Formats: sequence, C-alpha cells, structure tokens
Amino acid sequence: MSSAPILALENLTMRFGGIVAVNALSFSAARGQITALIGPNGAGKTTVFNCITGFYKPTSGVIRLTHDDGTQFEMQKLKDFNISKQAKVARTFQNIRLFPGMTALENLMVAQHNALMRASGFTLLGLLGVPSWRAAEKSAIDNAVFWLKRVGLLDRADDAAGNFAYGDQRRLEIARAMCTAPSLLCLDEPAAGLNARESGALSELLLSIRSDHGTSILLIEHDMSVVMEISDRVVVMDYGVKIAEGTPREIRDDPKVIAAYLGTDEEEAAAVLEAEA
Amino acid sequence: MSASPPASSPAASNGSEPIGAAFILRKAVLSALVALGLFSLMVGVRTEAGQSGQLEYWTRFGELASLVGAVFVGSIVVELLRLWLGPRGGLGSFVPSSVNSGLSVAGRYVAPALLIFTFLVPVIFYNQRYILDLGILVLTYVMLGWGLNVVVGLAGLLDLGYVAFYAVGAYSYGLLSTTFGLSFWICLPLAGILAAFWGVLLGFPVLRLRGDYLAIVTLAFGEIIRLVLINWQDVTGGPNGVSGIPRPSLFGIPLTPGPDGLAALLGIPFSPTHRIVFLFYLILALALLTNWVTIRLRRLPIGRAWEALREDEVACRALGINITTTKLTAFATGAMFGGFAGAFFATRQGFISPESFTFQESALVLAIVVLGGMGSQLGVALAALAMIGGFELFRSLEVYRMLVFGLAMVLVMIWRPRGIVGHRSPTVFLEKSKSISSDLVKEGHG
Repeated sequence: MSSAPILALENLTMRFGGIVAVNALSFSAARGQITALIGPNGAGKTTVFNCITGFYKPTSGVIRLTHDDGTQFEMQKLKDFNISKQAKVARTFQNIRLFPGMTALENLMVAQHNALMRASGFTLLGLLGVPSWRAAEKSAIDNAVFWLKRVGLLDRADDAAGNFAYGDQRRLEIARAMCTAPSLLCLDEPAAGLNARESGALSELLLSIRSDHGTSILLIEHDMSVVMEISDRVVVMDYGVKIAEGTPREIRDDPKVIAAYLGTDEEEAAAVLEAEA
Repeated sequence: MSASPPASSPAASNGSEPIGAAFILRKAVLSALVALGLFSLMVGVRTEAGQSGQLEYWTRFGELASLVGAVFVGSIVVELLRLWLGPRGGLGSFVPSSVNSGLSVAGRYVAPALLIFTFLVPVIFYNQRYILDLGILVLTYVMLGWGLNVVVGLAGLLDLGYVAFYAVGAYSYGLLSTTFGLSFWICLPLAGILAAFWGVLLGFPVLRLRGDYLAIVTLAFGEIIRLVLINWQDVTGGPNGVSGIPRPSLFGIPLTPGPDGLAALLGIPFSPTHRIVFLFYLILALALLTNWVTIRLRRLPIGRAWEALREDEVACRALGINITTTKLTAFATGAMFGGFAGAFFATRQGFISPESFTFQESALVLAIVVLGGMGSQLGVALAALAMIGGFELFRSLEVYRMLVFGLAMVLVMIWRPRGIVGHRSPTVFLEKSKSISSDLVKEGHG
C-alpha cells in the first residue's frame, strides 16, 4: 500500500486564450477518502475535472496519480482513453452521458470493454466462441449484475437506459463508472437534480463505495448537505485558485469561503449561514 | 398533396383551432397559390429554340389551370381525410396501429422464411434465368448493405464512398487473376484484405471528422478511387476496364462444357444454368458469412464499442475505449465485406470498368441501409429486396418508373422514419430481450 496520496495536483494551470480558468492549483486527494471540490459557479471546478480525466490538456502543471502498489502516472501525459484504461480513473458527467439506446446491462458491459477485449483475444477468440471467452463474458455479466443490484436497478437491467428516470440514470452512470474497476472515481455534481431522498441514498452509496471497495472519490458538488455529510476533506476554489482546504467543519466556518459564496460582507454572510444551518 | 403546407398539420389535428369550411378553403387557396407560383414558369410558359436559333415561346394556360385546380381539390381532399381520420398528428397515423403491431409479430418469422425461400430460389426458378440473375443482383446488394451497415448502422459513421471498397475488391480480383493467374478462392481473401487496408487508409484522415464533414470526405474518397481507376491506364486499363476475368470454379473444378467440367464429372448434360446457380449460392454464402460475422461481432466487446461510439463518443473515451482503433476497425470490417462483394462482382461479370463504381452505387447502398433501418440485419435485407427487386417490378411503367419508385420510398420513410425495422435489439440480456424503440437509439454523427 503506497502512502502517497492517490491524486496530487501540482501547479495545475489551464488557459483558454486569455482566460486563466485554473491558476497554479495544487491540492491532493487522500487514498481511500472522499474529497470534495466546491466553489461558486465558474470557479473552474469542471475544468480541473476535465484536466484530470484527460478531456483537456493542462497548459502547465503535473497531475500525479499513485496506485496502491506504488505505480505512478503523470496523467497530463496520458492519452485520454488511457486515463481510464491504465490509470484507472473513472468519471461521471454533469449532464449525464449514458448510452441511451443501449440497455442498462449493455451500458455496464461497455464499461468493461478493455478487460473483455483482452479476454476475447481482440475479437478473434470471441468470434470462434472459445470457452475462456464465454467464461470471461459470464463474469463480466456477473460484475454488471453486482453493480446493478448495488444501485437498486437490477429489475431494470434489460430496459433502455434512455427510458430511466433522472435519478436512476445518475445511479446507473455511477454503476457504469464503477464497472471499470477504478482506483479513483471522479463525480461531477452527482446530486444535481436529485430530491432529498435520492441524494440521501446517493450519500450512502458513495460512503459504501469508499468503505467496501476502497475506491477513492473526488467529487464536485453544489449540494452542501451531501458535501458536508460524506466528505473527508473539502477543497474550495474561486476564480481558478484554491482559497481554502480542510475538513467540512473547518470549511463551514472559514470566512474566506463564506465571502466567496455570499459576497464580502462577512457578518451578514455568517448570519445567513447560521439561519440555514 | 405536396403543395399543402405541412407546417399547419399539427394545428389542424390537435383541435386547438376549429376546423371549419373556411379553414379548409383557406388552406386550399394557399396551396393553389403556391402551385400557381411554382408551375407558372415550369408549365405555363414553354420555350424552345426556333429554326434559326431564336427563342420561341408559347403559353399553356390550360394545363396550368388544370394543375392548379388539381392541387386545390387535392388539398381539400387531404384536409377532409385528416378530419375523418381523427385528431392524430402526422401522416404516420394513416397506417393503423394494428398493421404496425402485426408487422412486429410477423417480423419474428420473416427472417427464417426469407432464408428458406432464398435457398429454394434456384430450385423453384431453375429455368428462369431472369429471376436467377435478379436474385444474384439482390443478394449482392444485400451483402453490400450488410457490410455498410457495420460502418453506418453500428458505428454511426456516415460513409458516402462505400463503392470505393467494392471497386478495390473487384479490381483486386480482376487484376490478380488476369496478371498472375491466381484463382478466385485465393483472390477472395486478398480482395477482402486489400479493401480493409484501404478502409483503414480512409479511416485515418477522417478520425476527427463528424457528420456532414465525414460524409463529404468519404464521398471524395470514393471519387478519388474511381478517378485513379480511370486514369492509371497502365495498370487498370483506364476506361476500358479489365476484361477476360476468369469465372469461378467449384474448388478447382471449372463449370465448363469440356471433359474436365463439373457436368462431365457428374455425368449430366452441360447447361449454362449450372454456373448461374453456382454463382447464386456463392453470393448467398458470402452474404450469410457477412451476416453471421456481423451478428457475432455485435455481441463481442468490439461490436458493443461500435454501438457505444454511435451513442456517445465522449462517454466512450471516459470508459477507456480507444476511439481510434474502434473507428478504424469499423471502417476496415465494413470495407472488407465490400471487397468480398467486389471480387464476386468481378467474377460474375467477367468484365469490370470504372463505370460500375460511380457515386450512384454508394448512394444506392446507403439508401438500402437507411431504408432498412440502421443497424438492423433483417431490415437491410428487406430493403435491398425492395430497392433492387422493386425497381425491376416497376419496369413496365417505363418513364414513370423513377417517379413511382421515389414516391414509394418517400411513403416508406413517412410511415417508418427510422427504416423498415427501426428498433434495436439488445446484444445481451438477463431475463428478457426487450427491443429498444428507435426514438432512443442515436443515429450517430461520426
């Protein structure tokens, strides 16, 4: 077990033309913990996510991922698909990106593409239907069934994902990400659009993913009840820089955070926050 | 009918606006005015070059008036029909739902029945050369349709230059057999491999393109191949093509009247029909191979990755799927089947020239895939039968053939906008395979 944090960002900078979306950001996500990345709209959270998951190439800086066995990856150098394939980082999207015309089960099978490709001898053995391929397919289906059961969608395994209710789609997307057997799971606003009961169930799911599967989680979230309930650490961003970092309790009382969210009049902001809590 | 503005149909059908005689009359007058504008120059005035080259023109107000009148009456009839059929939107509702559900039940038995019938065609129509030739033609297009279906239907990559691979396959066999004397059975896999190679070559530059842009580049690729075939005279024979391509043999036994021929070996009298029947079963076997491989591939990770690519490319990348190899294998697989079909085409015709590989062919194959329902194997087969067979069926209509055929296609697309078999069947299921409505399945934009 490596003692290094699973994910470490060092001076990550992302420029779009003249706009600096992320400016020399450094933080780390501890192994086996849930780290939340919060901040007001436009703070650059999703940009950080897109850099980590390879959708953007950062202008400068290092994103270092360390597996349990000590293997390190500099993710800004990896090709986008290798971030999931080799570095084992899975993500979900702010606007859900399932394969709507495929069933829930198929969605989870696609997630196991790389393992299945190897098992099918890069299609040749699979075309001939050799027993080892059949066994691999069977175990992939079992894995998919496990995760469908885990998110409570087993009875809908054969329904098209596009027909699912919004909250179910969110959970299916998390199940799909988990089917890639990730070491780090990145969730972009997983509670957006969920009602109180659903976000409660989501919190439970994420806590159990962390404790039962040892998967580290990095999440962007606006729903503070979820963030405060499940996060081990919170990183706060505003205007592309980190303005605070700490436990949920520390963050809640941090005047800089309150200022970023509610404007500069700190006394007033604190009062509002008190009333909310 | 076409002149009645379709935009107002929802208003007419959802009942939010009272449909009275005034409304219908207003629509009819509008349609007639549009028709008047359209036809006044096209029909109303006739121009011709006179004897000394000057322009001569005369008016045909009678014809114009009858056309406008027909549109006026037609518009009223359409509105009355709409009223009579009740408040249901769209022309699709002209087909009763019982017909639609009946079709889906029949769908389960169509494929086996069609397959058995196809096997029996040479037996039933042994003496009808025309039907056998038509059958071979239809099967060739079924195979091409199934091949293109991998690229367009499964992977969602719009390919307008598919005929290029057909040409590569045909010329591979034609040139290899006439130059090096290689037999059909050696050339067949070679033709497939060469076509797949060209598929990958096309794939590389278009990896980053989507939708319309991809379609344009593939279109250009098809034209490039054709122009190379025309202009590289030393190798391809230019516009004269390649002639004297050897006929296929039954694993070395030629189908000729000589003493070595199949007929002599079996001790039966020679008939040229033997070769036609052989060709029929050959293309049937090739088409079924294409079908079998495609069905198998769909259930393998690569096939699922193709479909996932059609559904959402970004999500694919996030799941660790290599988009580059996935797209290239789709292009290569589709091209390989096109190459097989090309080699068959060359051996059947005995002569090939660039004229056989025009854009028209690509468009026809694409139309078969779209009409059949993208991704559906049965749909593509039915569409090929309808397109190629139907076109022959209307032969007696002579000059109106294209008109009737085009109208029939338009009607099918109104009735079933996502093709004859529009739904998608899952590649894997736990308890019950539920077909997925075409509304959910993406069309793919590269």
